[in-house]
Amino acid sequence: MSLSRKHLVIALAGCSLATGIVVSAFAANDSGAPSEAPYQGLVELGFPAPQEGELVHVPPTMADLEDADIHPELKKVIRYGYDLFTNTQQLRGEYVNNDMNCSSCHLGEGRQPFSAPVWAAAVTLPDFRGKNQHVNNLEERIAGCFAYSMNGTPPQYGSDEMLALSAYHQWLATGAPMYPSQPIYGRGFPAPDEPAESPDYARGEAAYQENCAICHQDDGAGHYENGEYVFPALWGDGSNNWGAGIVRVDTAAGFIYNNMPLGQPRSLSDQDAWDIAYYMSSQERPQDPRYTGDVAETLERFGPTFHKRSLYGQTREHDGHVLGDHANFGEKGNVEPWNVGVPRFESLSSE
Amino acid sequence: MNKKQWVKFSLLMGVSLVGASSVAGTAFAETGNAERGQIAAATCTACHQANGSGMNIPGGESWPRLAGLNADYIVKQLHDFKQGRRQNATMMPFASMLNDQQIVDVAAYYSQMPVTPAQGGDDADAVLLQRGEQLAERGDWDAYIVSCKSCHGPGGTGVGGQFPGIASQHAGYISAQLHAWQDDERSNDPQHLMGAIAKRMSDEDIQAVSAWYAAQDVSDQTGSAEEETTQ
Repeated sequence: MSLSRKHLVIALAGCSLATGIVVSAFAANDSGAPSEAPYQGLVELGFPAPQEGELVHVPPTMADLEDADIHPELKKVIRYGYDLFTNTQQLRGEYVNNDMNCSSCHLGEGRQPFSAPVWAAAVTLPDFRGKNQHVNNLEERIAGCFAYSMNGTPPQYGSDEMLALSAYHQWLATGAPMYPSQPIYGRGFPAPDEPAESPDYARGEAAYQENCAICHQDDGAGHYENGEYVFPALWGDGSNNWGAGIVRVDTAAGFIYNNMPLGQPRSLSDQDAWDIAYYMSSQERPQDPRYTGDVAETLERFGPTFHKRSLYGQTREHDGHVLGDHANFGEKGNVEPWNVGVPRFESLSSE
Repeated sequence: MNKKQWVKFSLLMGVSLVGASSVAGTAFAETGNAERGQIAAATCTACHQANGSGMNIPGGESWPRLAGLNADYIVKQLHDFKQGRRQNATMMPFASMLNDQQIVDVAAYYSQMPVTPAQGGDDADAVLLQRGEQLAERGDWDAYIVSCKSCHGPGGTGVGGQFPGIASQHAGYISAQLHAWQDDERSNDPQHLMGAIAKRMSDEDIQAVSAWYAAQDVSDQTGSAEEETTQ
């Protein structure tokens, strides 16, 4: 079976959407276009419909990979990338020092809109990144996930693991335009609307207990069964460190609102999502690998580019605890990720 | 059951029981005794069998395997049958015969039995089993069906007292439960976690996961089970 990749501008009949949505879909047969408007199922679940002028991309599935007309060796590598993405714990102790998988946060194997679908990185990078103030490519972006979200140290650029993960990302982007000019439908973890009341720790704790603790446990440590990871840790040593994107309260609120409880996206109120995010973000986790030895100094250095959206270095109201004021790097110990704080393109800086 | 789970379980019961806090507060503080449980389970064996294997009954009401199920899960189900939170005409009278102590005893008794093999997955064709495996292991996110293992754990062997083991469970039973959730005939899952997913599954999806999990032999008798399944 031959595979066709189609870019098409579709007209959605019989609905209020105007034409002009750019759809890139991957089809396993020549009939090409999806049988219905893409992501209608998400719209029925309460997600916004694709808007005019948005890039709507439906990534291929692993079943599509089997049918794809690409070199079998490439298929093997993409499959390995998928395996690393969904079972990153196989790199535990080597590149990963917490209880997370890539797919713990990037749900639906990295394909899911509103769950930071990872194909977007493959078509928007290289690009300037505010977090480290230089132009990053896909591998450097993935390396960042290892250093922060996985509380680890990344596989080397060009290594088998890195190549396989990159290949999986790029495969998911199959058919999507490079450097798209349109905004991407479902990109990132878009935050819910500003809540009526400022996010609150006590309200967040109550909402957490009611909606989250059954899986993630009272102490946020997640759940292991027979030594195998099931529910990811939300804070503590098993979770991402203070430098991971999801420590930003708005990012966490966006993840929660759009994805939790699992299987019931957008079922929480905006207020609950923000409150839970605030509560979760007010707990301790391994130190930011950019730590200078002093929380206030670290905050000063990385506040403008990152921590202004997190609670790092702030004093918790109910008990006076200063968040991030410790030298606990979790299971990683004193290993410093080789990719953190490495400048690039300095010779170009005068231009 | 560790203490934390007890507390959580009690809280959950407390939330769902209006004005019946005595049930949550006192009964579950009892610890189960498997020997007493065996005596109390005398009436259970007619359907669930002496070894707790239950029975797959094609076209009828299958009796679930209880052997090796989590004790907390069994306790909750029995209370739910008694209180009408889980509707089942067959189980209602039997659950009602058990007092709170007998419930924890029976749960201890069955939870300590070795897992037995399941039926109903053997005659499924490869395509159906492949679909079942996909749903079980990876889900079908295009239909917003999350993988079964994301709650029921790797291999579907269950997670704590809330998410029962479904590997080596009879296909007829799994299928009947998923249909019951679809039809709002069962709703005693925590936070609607199962119901939300079940409602997105097609009949074929249900058939597929039921067959696949029935075919996943995690029994403690894998030697004899293999002999049975290898033609």
